[in-house]
Amino acid sequence: MKPPFYKSAQRGAPQAERGLVSAAEWRQRRMRWTLRSIHGLTLVFLLIFGLGPLLWLAKASITPTQDTIRTPMALWPNGFDLGYFARAWTQTHIDRYFLNTVWIAAGSWFVQILVATTGGYALSVLRPRFARLLTGLVLATLFVPSIVLLVPLYLTVVDVPLFHVTMIDTFWAVWLPAGASAFNVILIKRFFDNLPREIFEAAQVDGAGPFRLFWSIVLPMSRPIVGVVSVFAVIGTWKDFLWPLLVLRNPNIQPLSVRLPTLQPTTELDIFLAALAIATLIPIVLFLVFQRMFLSGGALSGAIKG
Amino acid sequence: MSSWAETPVLARTARSRRTLRTWVTRDGLSTLAFLLPLLVIFGVFSWFPIGRAIVMSVQETNLVSVPTFVGLDNFGAVLADPLFGRAVANTAYFAFLALIFGFPIPIVLAVVMSEARRFKGLYSALAYLPVVVPPVVSVLLWRFFFDARPAGVFNSILGALGLGPLPWLQNAGSAMPSIVLEATWAGAGATVIIYLAALLSVPPELYDAADVDGASIWQKIRHVTLPHLRGVLFLTLILQLIATAQLFTEPFLFTGGGPANSTITVLLLIYHYAFQNSLGGDYGMAAALSVMLAAFLGVFTAIYFWLTRSWSTSS
Repeated sequence: MKPPFYKSAQRGAPQAERGLVSAAEWRQRRMRWTLRSIHGLTLVFLLIFGLGPLLWLAKASITPTQDTIRTPMALWPNGFDLGYFARAWTQTHIDRYFLNTVWIAAGSWFVQILVATTGGYALSVLRPRFARLLTGLVLATLFVPSIVLLVPLYLTVVDVPLFHVTMIDTFWAVWLPAGASAFNVILIKRFFDNLPREIFEAAQVDGAGPFRLFWSIVLPMSRPIVGVVSVFAVIGTWKDFLWPLLVLRNPNIQPLSVRLPTLQPTTELDIFLAALAIATLIPIVLFLVFQRMFLSGGALSGAIKG
Repeated sequence: MSSWAETPVLARTARSRRTLRTWVTRDGLSTLAFLLPLLVIFGVFSWFPIGRAIVMSVQETNLVSVPTFVGLDNFGAVLADPLFGRAVANTAYFAFLALIFGFPIPIVLAVVMSEARRFKGLYSALAYLPVVVPPVVSVLLWRFFFDARPAGVFNSILGALGLGPLPWLQNAGSAMPSIVLEATWAGAGATVIIYLAALLSVPPELYDAADVDGASIWQKIRHVTLPHLRGVLFLTLILQLIATAQLFTEPFLFTGGGPANSTITVLLLIYHYAFQNSLGGDYGMAAALSVMLAAFLGVFTAIYFWLTRSWSTSS
């Protein structure tokens, strides 16, 4: 049998030359089998607990209510009927709530990116005299847990100061407060801080003004960080519940997360579970496409925001 | 920090020659234009509400009558509310249970996963998958799993093992542990990814040295891996405490605080004060409780930032 360390040497990932288990230990037959069975068990554990509930949801959303209630743990669906998705989509108007969610996510994304990139650019590149103070004020809001803002922010949205209009029951009530994310601003500012200044200076010599510099040089160079902030912005809005529940009271403009709990008592189980599956689809697809963003420590940022 | 970062790129060479007019025409206006979105959005939706929370906590406000100053009455009213003690105790109980379930599992998973030789990406993708599921969906799904009838999803699994049926959410004793179970499922993946990243930073020389000394795998975990993770472990502990203190969606949708107030949390109580009061919202009491919770969490947040700051500058 080939020695197993040969494989890891071939891959040669720079940091992971070796881990906890030494090559000598890998060569011992008993040790190898123990480790392999631990890994096998872990994989089974992750499959059951990580994927299991979602697979169950996928299965239950194509089986009739009766089957799901009588034998919830039947491994294989008794029938295969995508009709529940269609009925959830049209009859219970999941289509409308889905579009509301997309619309809310798109607007929140735009406001977050606008505030973070322009603000980060001003604080990092243009650097007015009060830039440090302003950065400090933005940073300080990170110390304030979001719950403190719940009631005063709600009252602010009910009656916007200076303008004296109400944003209740408009998407603005979700879009605009989403922009006040200190985390995004700081993340983007730090990225801008590390861009090579020589390029900016060269652009200036060539006669580029601050707008041109922002639009043609800084933004195109920041695609990676803008991408990270974008994905987390969309997923974050998709997961949001309490805030849209408070400010969007008109059912016609509510997103899926707010609408689903109220739909449950009046919807048949099979259709309801199909609706849940629809609501999960976009975040899962985003995760699968942008896996590397999530799995490379970006999760830490998500944890702070929550 | 290198020197170019200290001088503004677009700054004029001679600062002394700058007059108000050149400031406005040269780049003062454009700087202001770039700062405008940040100033407006943070001003209206962050700085102003933060100040307002503190002001409101010493006022009697209900949006109808003119707010009046009442001193510390709101704080007194909150402290005298029998539900307050209940909510604090429940939140602490949740944090305690979440720690027991949610702390060791990710460590074990991360240590095992980091040693995997094949399918590394598959392991972490599987572990992280529940994190991206919208909380409302997972709560509604798990509410169905927690069906207290013997034919319910979990009870039929227990039944096959000759156990149960358990009342899950229906019983004051088991409601909170059930919620913690779901919350752990939904959150553990994020912690695993953090630990995996931290494990990459363990210097291989330390393991080499331990091998030379003839250490067993268990001894290496005990004396090399875990001590190296200590900082990250403490960090995630604080993050977890901050997150659990703000628990809302799960008890709100699972039980609405019941049965018999056994799952009412601090945030749920704030919500009750402000939005579920038949006499009109008592925003003053809600603000007072928010400020108290924020002050409590502020200590943890300060520790967190102090730690991350000293680490990021040292490395």
